[in-house]
Amino acid sequence: MLKGTVHKYGDNVDTDVIIPARYLNTTDPKELASHCMEDIDPDFVKNVKPGDIIVAEDNFGCGSSREHAPISILASGISCIIANTFARIFFRNALNTGLPILECPEAVAGISNGDTVEVDIAEGKITNVTTGKTYQAKPFPPFMRELIEVGGLVNYAKAKLGY
Amino acid sequence: MGQTITQKILAAHCGKETVEAGELISAKLDLALGNDITAPIAIREFEKIGAPTVFDKERVALVPDHSTPNKDIKSAELVKIMREFSRKHDIKYFFEIGKMGVEHTLLPDEGLVGPGDVIIGADSHTCTYGALGAFSTGVGSTDLGCAMALGETWFKVPETIKFVYYGKMPKWVSGKDLILYTIGKIGVDGALYCSMEFTGEAIREMGMAGRFTMCNMAIEAGGKNGIIEPDEITMAYIKGRLKRDYKIYKSDADAVYKDIIEIDVSKLEPIVSFPHLPENARPISESTHIKIDQSVIGSCTNGRIEDLRVAAEVLKGHKVHPDVRLIVIPATQEIFLQSIKEGLTEIFVEAGAAVSTPTCGPCLGGHMGVLAAGERAVATTNRNFVGRMGSSKSEVYLANPAIAAASAVLGRLGSPEELS
Ligand code: SF4
Repeated sequence: MLKGTVHKYGDNVDTDVIIPARYLNTTDPKELASHCMEDIDPDFVKNVKPGDIIVAEDNFGCGSSREHAPISILASGISCIIANTFARIFFRNALNTGLPILECPEAVAGISNGDTVEVDIAEGKITNVTTGKTYQAKPFPPFMRELIEVGGLVNYAKAKLGY
Repeated sequence: MGQTITQKILAAHCGKETVEAGELISAKLDLALGNDITAPIAIREFEKIGAPTVFDKERVALVPDHSTPNKDIKSAELVKIMREFSRKHDIKYFFEIGKMGVEHTLLPDEGLVGPGDVIIGADSHTCTYGALGAFSTGVGSTDLGCAMALGETWFKVPETIKFVYYGKMPKWVSGKDLILYTIGKIGVDGALYCSMEFTGEAIREMGMAGRFTMCNMAIEAGGKNGIIEPDEITMAYIKGRLKRDYKIYKSDADAVYKDIIEIDVSKLEPIVSFPHLPENARPISESTHIKIDQSVIGSCTNGRIEDLRVAAEVLKGHKVHPDVRLIVIPATQEIFLQSIKEGLTEIFVEAGAAVSTPTCGPCLGGHMGVLAAGERAVATTNRNFVGRMGSSKSEVYLANPAIAAASAVLGRLGSPEELS
Protein backbone atom coordinates (compact mmCIF):
# COMPACT_ATOMS: atom_id res chain seq x y z
CA MET A 1 0.00 0.00 0.00
CA LEU A 2 1.37 3.40 -1.01
CA LYS A 3 0.49 6.53 0.96
CA GLY A 4 1.52 10.16 0.64
CA THR A 5 0.74 13.80 0.06
CA VAL A 6 -0.43 14.86 -3.39
CA HIS A 7 1.44 17.24 -5.69
CA LYS A 8 -1.11 18.16 -8.35
CA TYR A 9 -0.43 19.46 -11.87
CA GLY A 10 -2.44 20.19 -15.04
CA ASP A 11 -2.29 19.00 -18.65
CA ASN A 12 0.77 18.19 -20.77
CA VAL A 13 3.47 18.07 -18.08
CA ASP A 14 6.34 17.44 -20.50
CA THR A 15 9.66 15.70 -20.00
CA ASP A 16 11.55 18.99 -20.47
CA VAL A 17 9.96 20.41 -17.32
CA ILE A 18 10.22 17.11 -15.43
CA ILE A 19 13.98 17.07 -16.04
CA PRO A 20 15.42 19.84 -18.25
CA ALA A 21 17.96 18.83 -20.91
CA ARG A 22 20.65 20.93 -19.24
CA TYR A 23 20.90 18.18 -16.60
CA LEU A 24 20.99 15.24 -19.02
CA ASN A 25 24.77 15.06 -18.89
CA THR A 26 24.39 12.74 -15.92
CA THR A 27 22.57 9.45 -15.36
CA ASP A 28 22.89 9.54 -11.55
CA PRO A 29 19.36 9.21 -10.09
CA LYS A 30 20.13 11.36 -7.00
CA GLU A 31 21.54 14.20 -9.06
CA LEU A 32 18.62 14.02 -11.50
CA ALA A 33 16.19 14.04 -8.59
CA SER A 34 17.71 17.26 -7.27
CA HIS A 35 16.37 19.05 -10.40
CA CYS A 36 13.08 17.18 -10.76
CA MET A 37 10.14 19.40 -11.85
CA GLU A 38 12.39 22.46 -11.48
CA ASP A 39 10.96 24.44 -14.42
CA ILE A 40 7.30 23.90 -13.52
CA ASP A 41 7.47 23.82 -9.71
CA PRO A 42 10.75 25.16 -8.30
CA ASP A 43 9.72 24.18 -4.75
CA PHE A 44 8.93 20.55 -5.63
CA VAL A 45 12.32 19.21 -4.58
CA LYS A 46 12.10 21.10 -1.27
CA ASN A 47 8.56 19.91 -0.51
CA VAL A 48 8.51 16.30 -1.70
CA LYS A 49 8.62 13.58 0.97
CA PRO A 50 9.18 9.84 0.45
CA GLY A 51 5.90 8.19 -0.56
CA ASP A 52 4.31 11.34 -2.00
CA ILE A 53 2.08 11.03 -5.04
CA ILE A 54 1.86 13.08 -8.25
CA VAL A 55 -1.61 13.65 -9.65
CA ALA A 56 -1.97 15.25 -13.09
CA GLU A 57 -4.51 15.72 -15.84
CA ASP A 58 -4.03 14.82 -19.54
CA ASN A 59 -0.95 13.57 -21.40
CA PHE A 60 1.52 13.41 -18.49
CA GLY A 61 5.13 12.92 -19.62
CA CYS A 62 4.73 14.08 -23.21
CA GLY A 63 7.82 15.00 -25.21
CA SER A 64 11.13 13.24 -25.28
CA SER A 65 11.92 9.60 -24.58
CA ARG A 66 14.35 10.44 -21.79
CA GLU A 67 14.12 7.78 -19.11
CA HIS A 68 15.75 10.37 -16.87
CA ALA A 69 12.18 11.65 -16.34
CA PRO A 70 10.72 8.62 -14.51
CA ILE A 71 14.14 7.98 -12.93
CA SER A 72 14.25 11.49 -11.43
CA ILE A 73 10.64 11.26 -10.22
CA LEU A 74 11.25 7.89 -8.60
CA ALA A 75 14.51 9.05 -6.99
CA SER A 76 12.80 12.18 -5.63
CA GLY A 77 10.69 9.91 -3.43
CA ILE A 78 7.44 9.88 -5.42
CA SER A 79 5.75 6.51 -4.99
CA CYS A 80 3.12 6.68 -7.75
CA ILE A 81 1.58 8.90 -10.44
CA ILE A 82 -2.15 9.12 -11.11
CA ALA A 83 -3.26 10.93 -14.28
CA ASN A 84 -6.12 11.10 -16.77
CA THR A 85 -3.75 9.90 -19.50
CA PHE A 86 -0.02 9.37 -19.97
CA ALA A 87 2.07 10.03 -23.09
CA ARG A 88 2.96 6.64 -24.53
CA ILE A 89 6.76 6.62 -24.23
CA PHE A 90 6.51 7.82 -20.63
CA PHE A 91 3.97 5.05 -19.99
CA ARG A 92 6.44 2.42 -21.27
CA ASN A 93 9.36 3.95 -19.41
CA ALA A 94 7.45 4.02 -16.13
CA LEU A 95 6.50 0.34 -16.44
CA ASN A 96 10.04 -0.58 -17.47
CA THR A 97 11.72 1.27 -14.61
CA GLY A 98 9.27 0.23 -11.90
CA LEU A 99 7.48 3.56 -11.33
CA PRO A 100 3.82 2.74 -10.61
CA ILE A 101 1.32 4.72 -12.70
CA LEU A 102 -2.46 4.64 -12.82
CA GLU A 103 -4.95 6.16 -15.25
CA CYS A 104 -8.08 7.31 -13.41
CA PRO A 105 -9.85 10.53 -14.47
CA GLU A 106 -12.43 10.23 -11.65
CA ALA A 107 -9.68 10.18 -9.02
CA VAL A 108 -7.88 13.10 -10.68
CA ALA A 109 -11.09 15.13 -10.56
CA GLY A 110 -11.67 14.25 -6.91
CA ILE A 111 -8.16 14.88 -5.56
CA SER A 112 -6.73 18.31 -4.70
CA ASN A 113 -3.20 19.49 -4.16
CA GLY A 114 -2.10 18.63 -0.62
CA ASP A 115 -4.62 15.82 -0.05
CA THR A 116 -3.42 12.57 1.48
CA VAL A 117 -3.97 9.62 -0.83
CA GLU A 118 -3.57 5.87 -0.46
CA VAL A 119 -3.04 3.56 -3.44
CA ASP A 120 -3.28 -0.20 -3.81
CA ILE A 121 -1.41 -0.79 -7.06
CA ALA A 122 -2.30 -4.46 -7.47
CA GLU A 123 -6.01 -3.72 -7.12
CA GLY A 124 -5.91 -0.29 -8.78
CA LYS A 125 -7.73 1.10 -5.76
CA ILE A 126 -7.23 4.77 -4.89
CA THR A 127 -8.44 6.27 -1.59
CA ASN A 128 -8.48 9.98 -0.91
CA VAL A 129 -7.86 9.84 2.85
CA THR A 130 -8.61 13.57 3.15
CA THR A 131 -12.13 13.31 1.70
CA GLY A 132 -12.80 9.63 2.38
CA LYS A 133 -13.74 8.92 -1.27
CA THR A 134 -12.44 5.86 -3.16
CA TYR A 135 -11.81 5.33 -6.87
CA GLN A 136 -11.07 2.37 -9.13
CA ALA A 137 -8.34 2.75 -11.81
CA LYS A 138 -8.32 0.87 -15.12
CA PRO A 139 -6.57 -2.48 -14.61
CA PHE A 140 -3.40 -3.25 -16.60
CA PRO A 141 -3.61 -5.96 -19.27
CA PRO A 142 -2.08 -9.32 -18.11
CA PHE A 143 1.22 -8.86 -19.99
CA MET A 144 1.87 -5.50 -18.36
CA ARG A 145 0.94 -6.90 -14.95
CA GLU A 146 3.51 -9.62 -15.54
CA LEU A 147 6.11 -6.95 -16.35
CA ILE A 148 5.34 -5.15 -13.09
CA GLU A 149 5.35 -8.40 -11.11
CA VAL A 150 8.78 -9.52 -12.35
CA GLY A 151 10.11 -6.06 -11.52
CA GLY A 152 10.43 -4.49 -14.96
CA LEU A 153 11.62 -5.27 -18.45
CA VAL A 154 15.23 -6.18 -17.59
CA ASN A 155 14.09 -9.08 -15.40
CA TYR A 156 11.63 -10.09 -18.09
CA ALA A 157 14.42 -10.15 -20.71
CA LYS A 158 16.68 -12.11 -18.35
CA ALA A 159 14.02 -14.76 -17.86
CA LYS A 160 13.33 -14.91 -21.59
CA LEU A 161 17.00 -15.44 -22.42
CA GLY A 162 17.45 -17.87 -19.51
CA TYR A 163 20.08 -15.86 -17.57
CA MET B 1 -11.48 -6.82 -42.66
CA GLY B 2 -8.79 -4.69 -44.28
CA GLN B 3 -5.52 -3.77 -42.58
CA THR B 4 -3.59 -0.50 -42.44
CA ILE B 5 0.04 -0.30 -43.51
CA THR B 6 1.02 -0.15 -39.81
CA GLN B 7 -0.97 -3.32 -38.99
CA LYS B 8 0.55 -5.16 -41.96
CA ILE B 9 4.13 -4.29 -41.01
CA LEU B 10 3.58 -5.27 -37.37
CA ALA B 11 1.83 -8.52 -38.36
CA ALA B 12 4.72 -9.48 -40.64
CA HIS B 13 7.20 -8.90 -37.79
CA CYS B 14 5.37 -11.06 -35.25
CA GLY B 15 4.64 -13.98 -37.56
CA LYS B 16 0.91 -13.36 -37.95
CA GLU B 17 -1.43 -12.87 -40.88
CA THR B 18 -3.22 -9.94 -39.29
CA VAL B 19 -3.17 -8.00 -36.03
CA GLU B 20 -5.93 -6.01 -34.37
CA ALA B 21 -5.72 -2.57 -32.77
CA GLY B 22 -5.17 -2.97 -29.03
CA GLU B 23 -3.48 -6.38 -29.37
CA LEU B 24 -0.18 -6.82 -27.50
CA ILE B 25 2.50 -8.37 -29.69
CA SER B 26 6.21 -9.10 -29.63
CA ALA B 27 7.80 -7.93 -32.88
CA LYS B 28 11.21 -8.63 -34.42
CA LEU B 29 13.33 -5.52 -34.92
CA ASP B 30 15.22 -4.47 -38.03
CA LEU B 31 17.14 -1.77 -36.19
CA ALA B 32 17.55 -0.41 -32.67
CA LEU B 33 18.95 3.08 -32.13
CA GLY B 34 20.43 5.04 -29.25
CA ASN B 35 22.11 8.43 -28.80
CA ASP B 36 24.58 9.92 -26.34
CA ILE B 37 21.85 10.76 -23.82
CA THR B 38 19.85 7.53 -23.94
CA ALA B 39 22.42 4.87 -24.90
CA PRO B 40 24.54 5.05 -21.73
CA ILE B 41 21.49 4.08 -19.62
CA ALA B 42 20.52 1.42 -22.20
CA ILE B 43 24.03 -0.03 -22.00
CA ARG B 44 23.80 -0.16 -18.19
CA GLU B 45 20.47 -2.04 -18.45
CA PHE B 46 21.83 -4.30 -21.21
CA GLU B 47 24.70 -5.28 -18.95
CA LYS B 48 22.30 -6.16 -16.12
CA ILE B 49 20.66 -8.75 -18.38
CA GLY B 50 23.93 -10.62 -18.79
CA ALA B 51 23.69 -11.32 -22.53
CA PRO B 52 27.21 -11.92 -23.93
CA THR B 53 26.63 -9.54 -26.85
CA VAL B 54 24.00 -7.70 -28.91
CA PHE B 55 21.46 -9.63 -31.00
CA ASP B 56 23.03 -8.42 -34.26
CA LYS B 57 25.98 -6.06 -34.50
CA GLU B 58 24.72 -4.67 -37.82
CA ARG B 59 21.28 -3.85 -36.44
CA VAL B 60 22.26 -1.58 -33.59
CA ALA B 61 23.01 2.07 -34.42
CA LEU B 62 24.64 4.38 -31.90
CA VAL B 63 24.80 8.08 -32.74
CA PRO B 64 26.48 10.64 -30.48
CA ASP B 65 24.64 13.77 -31.64
CA HIS B 66 23.01 15.58 -28.72
CA SER B 67 25.93 17.03 -26.76
CA THR B 68 28.60 16.63 -29.39
CA PRO B 69 31.31 17.58 -30.16
CA ASN B 70 31.45 16.95 -26.41
CA LYS B 71 30.21 20.11 -24.72
CA ASP B 72 31.56 19.34 -21.25
CA ILE B 73 33.36 16.66 -19.25
CA LYS B 74 30.20 14.82 -18.22
CA SER B 75 29.02 14.63 -21.84
CA ALA B 76 32.44 13.37 -22.87
CA GLU B 77 32.11 10.57 -20.31
CA LEU B 78 28.72 9.56 -21.76
CA VAL B 79 30.03 9.42 -25.32
CA LYS B 80 32.99 7.43 -24.05
CA ILE B 81 30.61 4.78 -22.66
CA MET B 82 29.02 4.47 -26.13
CA ARG B 83 32.34 4.35 -27.91
CA GLU B 84 33.78 1.67 -25.64
CA PHE B 85 30.61 -0.41 -25.84
CA SER B 86 30.67 -0.13 -29.65
CA ARG B 87 34.29 -1.29 -29.79
CA LYS B 88 33.73 -4.14 -27.35
CA HIS B 89 30.72 -5.49 -29.22
CA ASP B 90 31.99 -4.56 -32.68
CA ILE B 91 28.91 -2.42 -33.38
CA LYS B 92 29.08 -1.61 -37.08
CA TYR B 93 27.09 1.61 -36.99
CA PHE B 94 28.67 3.78 -34.33
CA PHE B 95 29.04 7.21 -35.90
CA GLU B 96 32.11 8.99 -34.58
CA ILE B 97 32.38 12.78 -34.55
CA GLY B 98 33.34 13.84 -38.06
CA LYS B 99 31.21 11.10 -39.59
CA MET B 100 28.06 11.75 -37.66
CA GLY B 101 24.90 13.74 -37.93
CA VAL B 102 21.58 14.22 -36.23
CA GLU B 103 20.37 10.62 -35.91
CA HIS B 104 17.02 10.85 -37.68
CA THR B 105 18.54 12.50 -40.73
CA LEU B 106 21.67 10.38 -40.67
CA LEU B 107 20.13 6.88 -40.50
CA PRO B 108 17.86 7.21 -43.57
CA ASP B 109 20.65 8.93 -45.53
CA GLU B 110 23.06 6.12 -44.59
CA GLY B 111 20.55 3.55 -45.85
CA LEU B 112 19.96 1.93 -42.46
CA VAL B 113 16.17 2.23 -42.52
CA GLY B 114 13.83 1.20 -45.30
CA PRO B 115 10.23 0.46 -46.29
CA GLY B 116 8.52 -2.26 -44.27
CA ASP B 117 11.03 -2.17 -41.38
CA VAL B 118 10.19 -2.23 -37.68
CA ILE B 119 12.55 0.11 -35.84
CA ILE B 120 12.78 1.38 -32.31
CA GLY B 121 15.01 4.14 -31.07
CA ALA B 122 15.62 5.52 -27.63
CA ASP B 123 14.66 8.92 -28.91
CA SER B 124 11.13 10.17 -29.33
CA HIS B 125 11.63 11.39 -32.91
CA THR B 126 12.41 7.88 -34.14
CA CYS B 127 8.95 8.14 -35.73
CA THR B 128 10.70 10.07 -38.56
CA TYR B 129 11.42 6.91 -40.59
CA GLY B 130 7.72 6.36 -41.21
CA ALA B 131 8.31 8.69 -44.15
CA LEU B 132 9.85 5.68 -45.91
CA GLY B 133 6.91 3.41 -45.14
CA ALA B 134 8.50 1.82 -42.07
CA PHE B 135 6.98 1.35 -38.63
CA SER B 136 9.28 3.21 -36.30
CA THR B 137 8.71 4.58 -32.85
CA GLY B 138 10.51 6.08 -29.89
CA VAL B 139 11.06 4.15 -26.67
CA GLY B 140 13.10 4.61 -23.51
CA SER B 141 16.56 3.39 -22.59
CA THR B 142 15.46 0.22 -20.80
CA ASP B 143 13.47 -0.76 -23.89
CA LEU B 144 16.57 -0.19 -26.01
CA GLY B 145 18.81 -2.11 -23.60
CA CYS B 146 16.49 -5.12 -23.68
CA ALA B 147 15.99 -4.83 -27.45
CA MET B 148 19.75 -4.92 -27.98
CA ALA B 149 19.77 -8.26 -26.14
CA LEU B 150 16.54 -9.77 -27.50
CA GLY B 151 16.20 -8.35 -31.04
CA GLU B 152 12.51 -7.90 -30.40
CA THR B 153 10.21 -5.80 -28.29
CA TRP B 154 6.56 -5.57 -27.23
CA PHE B 155 4.03 -3.25 -28.81
CA LYS B 156 0.39 -2.51 -28.44
CA VAL B 157 -0.98 -2.39 -31.99
CA PRO B 158 -2.19 1.19 -32.43
CA GLU B 159 -5.41 2.45 -33.95
CA THR B 160 -4.78 4.64 -36.99
CA ILE B 161 -5.97 8.14 -37.80
CA LYS B 162 -5.79 8.92 -41.52
CA PHE B 163 -4.94 12.45 -42.62
CA VAL B 164 -5.78 13.37 -46.20
CA TYR B 165 -4.09 16.50 -47.54
CA TYR B 166 -5.55 17.76 -50.79
CA GLY B 167 -5.03 20.80 -53.01
CA LYS B 168 -1.89 22.56 -54.28
CA MET B 169 0.65 23.84 -51.79
CA PRO B 170 1.08 27.63 -51.90
CA LYS B 171 4.59 29.11 -52.17
CA TRP B 172 6.57 28.99 -48.88
CA VAL B 173 4.19 26.39 -47.45
CA SER B 174 6.00 23.11 -46.66
CA GLY B 175 5.62 19.80 -44.86
CA LYS B 176 6.48 21.67 -41.66
CA ASP B 177 3.45 23.91 -42.06
CA LEU B 178 1.15 20.97 -42.76
CA ILE B 179 2.23 19.18 -39.61
CA LEU B 180 2.15 22.31 -37.40
CA TYR B 181 -1.32 23.09 -38.73
CA THR B 182 -2.42 19.50 -38.08
CA ILE B 183 -1.10 19.54 -34.50
CA GLY B 184 -2.85 22.89 -34.01
CA LYS B 185 -6.06 21.29 -35.18
CA ILE B 186 -5.98 18.06 -33.12
CA GLY B 187 -3.82 19.14 -30.14
CA VAL B 188 -0.66 17.73 -28.57
CA ASP B 189 -2.53 14.61 -27.47
CA GLY B 190 -4.85 14.48 -30.49
CA ALA B 191 -3.26 11.26 -31.73
CA LEU B 192 -2.29 9.78 -28.34
CA TYR B 193 -1.24 6.09 -28.75
CA CYS B 194 -2.35 6.26 -32.43
CA SER B 195 -0.65 5.80 -35.74
CA MET B 196 -0.86 8.89 -37.99
CA GLU B 197 -1.11 7.94 -41.65
CA PHE B 198 -0.41 10.85 -44.00
CA THR B 199 -2.00 10.58 -47.45
CA GLY B 200 -3.48 12.64 -50.25
CA GLU B 201 -2.27 14.44 -53.35
CA ALA B 202 -0.25 17.03 -51.41
CA ILE B 203 1.77 14.21 -49.82
CA ARG B 204 2.21 12.40 -53.16
CA GLU B 205 3.69 15.59 -54.61
CA MET B 206 5.87 16.31 -51.61
CA GLY B 207 9.59 15.47 -51.67
CA MET B 208 11.23 13.23 -49.07
CA ALA B 209 12.44 16.17 -46.96
CA GLY B 210 8.89 17.36 -46.28
CA ARG B 211 7.72 13.82 -45.63
CA PHE B 212 10.48 13.25 -43.06
CA THR B 213 9.52 16.53 -41.38
CA MET B 214 5.88 15.48 -41.10
CA CYS B 215 6.54 12.01 -39.71
CA ASN B 216 9.18 13.48 -37.38
CA MET B 217 6.54 15.52 -35.58
CA ALA B 218 3.90 12.76 -35.18
CA ILE B 219 5.11 12.46 -31.57
CA GLU B 220 4.19 16.12 -31.05
CA ALA B 221 0.54 15.08 -31.43
CA GLY B 222 1.09 12.15 -29.04
CA GLY B 223 1.31 9.72 -31.97
CA LYS B 224 3.02 6.35 -31.77
CA ASN B 225 4.22 6.55 -35.35
CA GLY B 226 3.75 8.64 -38.47
CA ILE B 227 3.66 6.77 -41.75
CA ILE B 228 3.46 7.41 -45.50
CA GLU B 229 2.99 4.71 -48.14
CA PRO B 230 6.08 4.29 -50.31
CA ASP B 231 5.89 5.51 -53.93
CA GLU B 232 8.29 6.49 -56.74
CA ILE B 233 9.66 9.36 -54.65
CA THR B 234 10.50 6.91 -51.84
CA MET B 235 12.10 4.51 -54.35
CA ALA B 236 14.22 7.27 -55.87
CA TYR B 237 15.46 8.23 -52.40
CA ILE B 238 16.41 4.73 -51.21
CA LYS B 239 18.05 3.78 -54.51
CA GLY B 240 21.78 3.48 -54.03
CA ARG B 241 21.44 4.11 -50.29
CA LEU B 242 19.51 1.27 -48.67
CA LYS B 243 21.81 -1.42 -47.31
CA ARG B 244 19.16 -4.09 -46.68
CA ASP B 245 16.19 -5.75 -48.41
CA TYR B 246 12.89 -4.01 -48.10
CA LYS B 247 9.23 -4.76 -48.52
CA ILE B 248 6.47 -2.40 -49.56
CA TYR B 249 3.19 -2.45 -47.65
CA LYS B 250 0.10 -0.42 -48.41
CA SER B 251 -3.15 0.09 -46.54
CA ASP B 252 -6.16 -1.85 -47.81
CA ALA B 253 -9.02 0.18 -49.23
CA ASP B 254 -11.28 -1.22 -46.50
CA ALA B 255 -8.79 -0.74 -43.65
CA VAL B 256 -10.35 0.44 -40.41
CA TYR B 257 -9.51 3.95 -39.19
CA LYS B 258 -10.26 5.57 -35.87
CA ASP B 259 -10.84 8.82 -37.72
CA ILE B 260 -10.24 10.38 -41.13
CA ILE B 261 -9.30 14.06 -41.22
CA GLU B 262 -9.22 16.02 -44.48
CA ILE B 263 -7.19 19.18 -44.87
CA ASP B 264 -7.22 21.56 -47.84
CA VAL B 265 -3.61 22.75 -48.13
CA SER B 266 -4.32 25.34 -50.84
CA LYS B 267 -5.76 27.66 -48.19
CA LEU B 268 -2.79 27.45 -45.82
CA GLU B 269 -0.04 29.97 -45.22
CA PRO B 270 3.19 29.30 -43.32
CA ILE B 271 2.45 28.43 -39.68
CA VAL B 272 4.20 29.48 -36.48
CA SER B 273 3.67 27.54 -33.24
CA PHE B 274 3.75 29.89 -30.28
CA PRO B 275 5.17 29.05 -26.83
CA HIS B 276 4.91 26.73 -25.02
CA LEU B 277 3.21 23.96 -26.99
CA PRO B 278 3.42 22.91 -30.64
CA GLU B 279 -0.39 23.04 -30.78
CA ASN B 280 -0.39 26.85 -30.46
CA ALA B 281 -0.30 27.19 -34.26
CA ARG B 282 -1.02 30.53 -35.95
CA PRO B 283 -0.62 31.74 -39.52
CA ILE B 284 2.48 33.88 -40.10
CA SER B 285 0.32 36.88 -41.05
CA GLU B 286 -0.94 36.98 -37.46
CA SER B 287 2.53 36.59 -35.95
CA THR B 288 4.53 39.51 -37.34
CA HIS B 289 4.49 41.50 -34.08
CA ILE B 290 6.87 39.07 -32.35
CA LYS B 291 10.45 40.40 -32.08
CA ILE B 292 13.19 37.76 -31.92
CA ASP B 293 16.73 37.49 -30.57
CA GLN B 294 17.77 34.27 -32.29
CA SER B 295 16.89 32.12 -35.27
CA VAL B 296 17.93 28.47 -35.51
CA ILE B 297 17.81 26.54 -38.77
CA GLY B 298 18.59 22.83 -38.39
CA SER B 299 17.62 19.75 -36.32
CA CYS B 300 16.14 16.38 -37.26
CA THR B 301 13.02 18.24 -38.36
CA ASN B 302 14.48 20.71 -40.85
CA GLY B 303 18.23 20.28 -41.25
CA ARG B 304 18.20 18.65 -44.70
CA ILE B 305 19.82 20.08 -47.81
CA GLU B 306 16.37 21.03 -49.16
CA ASP B 307 15.80 23.09 -46.00
CA LEU B 308 19.16 24.81 -46.33
CA ARG B 309 18.43 25.59 -49.99
CA VAL B 310 15.20 27.34 -49.03
CA ALA B 311 16.95 29.28 -46.27
CA ALA B 312 19.73 30.34 -48.64
CA GLU B 313 17.23 31.40 -51.29
CA VAL B 314 15.61 33.72 -48.74
CA LEU B 315 18.87 35.01 -47.24
CA LYS B 316 20.75 35.64 -50.49
CA GLY B 317 21.66 39.32 -50.77
CA HIS B 318 20.38 40.10 -47.26
CA LYS B 319 22.03 40.63 -43.90
CA VAL B 320 20.93 39.20 -40.59
CA HIS B 321 19.23 41.90 -38.48
CA PRO B 322 21.68 43.53 -36.02
CA ASP B 323 19.61 42.37 -33.02
CA VAL B 324 19.46 38.73 -34.14
CA ARG B 325 21.84 35.75 -33.97
CA LEU B 326 21.23 33.32 -36.82
CA ILE B 327 22.57 29.80 -36.30
CA VAL B 328 22.54 27.33 -39.19
CA ILE B 329 23.25 23.66 -38.49
CA PRO B 330 23.37 21.14 -41.35
CA ALA B 331 22.00 17.86 -40.00
CA THR B 332 24.80 15.60 -41.25
CA GLN B 333 28.36 15.80 -42.55
CA GLU B 334 27.10 14.84 -46.01
CA ILE B 335 24.63 17.73 -45.98
CA PHE B 336 27.31 20.06 -44.60
CA LEU B 337 29.59 19.18 -47.52
CA GLN B 338 26.78 19.50 -50.05
CA SER B 339 25.92 22.92 -48.63
CA ILE B 340 29.53 24.01 -49.16
CA LYS B 341 29.59 22.66 -52.72
CA GLU B 342 26.36 24.41 -53.65
CA GLY B 343 27.57 27.72 -52.24
CA LEU B 344 24.90 27.79 -49.54
CA THR B 345 27.38 28.00 -46.68
CA GLU B 346 28.91 31.09 -48.29
CA ILE B 347 25.48 32.74 -48.47
CA PHE B 348 24.88 31.98 -44.78
CA VAL B 349 28.24 33.32 -43.63
CA GLU B 350 27.98 36.42 -45.81
CA ALA B 351 24.54 37.12 -44.38
CA GLY B 352 26.08 37.03 -40.90
CA ALA B 353 25.04 33.56 -39.73
CA ALA B 354 27.02 31.23 -37.49
CA VAL B 355 27.29 27.88 -39.27
CA SER B 356 27.98 24.86 -37.07
CA THR B 357 29.12 21.29 -37.43
CA PRO B 358 26.19 18.82 -37.21
CA THR B 359 24.71 18.56 -33.70
CA CYS B 360 21.36 18.69 -31.91
CA GLY B 361 22.90 21.48 -29.80
CA PRO B 362 20.39 24.30 -29.32
CA CYS B 363 17.33 22.21 -30.23
CA LEU B 364 17.24 20.84 -26.69
CA GLY B 365 18.98 23.74 -25.01
CA GLY B 366 22.20 21.77 -24.80
CA HIS B 367 24.84 24.03 -26.33
CA MET B 368 25.61 26.05 -29.49
CA GLY B 369 22.92 28.68 -28.96
CA VAL B 370 21.26 28.41 -25.55
CA LEU B 371 18.78 31.20 -24.68
CA ALA B 372 18.99 33.60 -21.72
CA ALA B 373 15.96 34.62 -19.62
CA GLY B 374 13.62 36.86 -21.57
CA GLU B 375 15.02 35.87 -24.98
CA ARG B 376 12.96 34.65 -27.89
CA ALA B 377 13.95 32.37 -30.74
CA VAL B 378 12.31 31.25 -33.93
CA ALA B 379 13.46 27.71 -34.72
CA THR B 380 12.90 25.06 -37.36
CA THR B 381 12.98 22.47 -34.56
CA ASN B 382 10.02 20.54 -33.19
CA ARG B 383 9.42 21.50 -29.55
CA ASN B 384 8.76 24.80 -27.82
CA PHE B 385 8.20 23.57 -24.27
CA VAL B 386 9.15 25.74 -21.28
CA GLY B 387 12.95 25.89 -21.10
CA ARG B 388 13.43 23.74 -24.22
CA MET B 389 16.16 25.98 -25.67
CA GLY B 390 17.60 27.32 -22.45
CA SER B 391 16.22 29.49 -19.63
CA SER B 392 12.76 28.58 -18.34
CA LYS B 393 11.96 32.23 -19.01
CA SER B 394 12.87 32.10 -22.72
CA GLU B 395 10.51 31.42 -25.61
CA VAL B 396 10.66 29.31 -28.77
CA TYR B 397 8.50 29.81 -31.87
CA LEU B 398 8.43 26.88 -34.30
CA ALA B 399 8.43 27.56 -38.04
CA ASN B 400 9.69 26.39 -41.42
CA PRO B 401 13.17 27.32 -42.75
CA ALA B 402 11.88 30.11 -45.03
CA ILE B 403 10.18 31.83 -42.10
CA ALA B 404 13.20 31.31 -39.82
CA ALA B 405 15.47 32.85 -42.46
CA ALA B 406 13.17 35.79 -43.25
CA SER B 407 12.63 36.47 -39.54
CA ALA B 408 16.41 36.57 -38.99
CA VAL B 409 16.60 39.41 -41.52
CA LEU B 410 13.50 41.24 -40.29
CA GLY B 411 14.34 41.01 -36.58
CA ARG B 412 10.80 39.77 -35.95
CA LEU B 413 8.63 36.93 -37.18
CA GLY B 414 7.84 37.48 -40.84
CA SER B 415 7.56 35.98 -44.27
CA PRO B 416 10.03 36.01 -47.19
CA GLU B 417 7.43 38.02 -49.07
CA GLU B 418 8.24 40.99 -46.83
CA LEU B 419 11.86 41.07 -48.06
CA SER B 420 12.41 43.18 -51.15
S1 SF4 C 1 17.55 17.57 -33.29
FE1 SF4 C 1 16.35 17.99 -31.45
S2 SF4 C 1 14.51 16.78 -31.61
FE2 SF4 C 1 15.97 15.98 -33.12
S3 SF4 C 1 17.03 14.30 -32.10
FE3 SF4 C 1 18.22 16.13 -31.74
S4 SF4 C 1 17.47 16.99 -29.79
FE4 SF4 C 1 15.96 15.50 -30.52
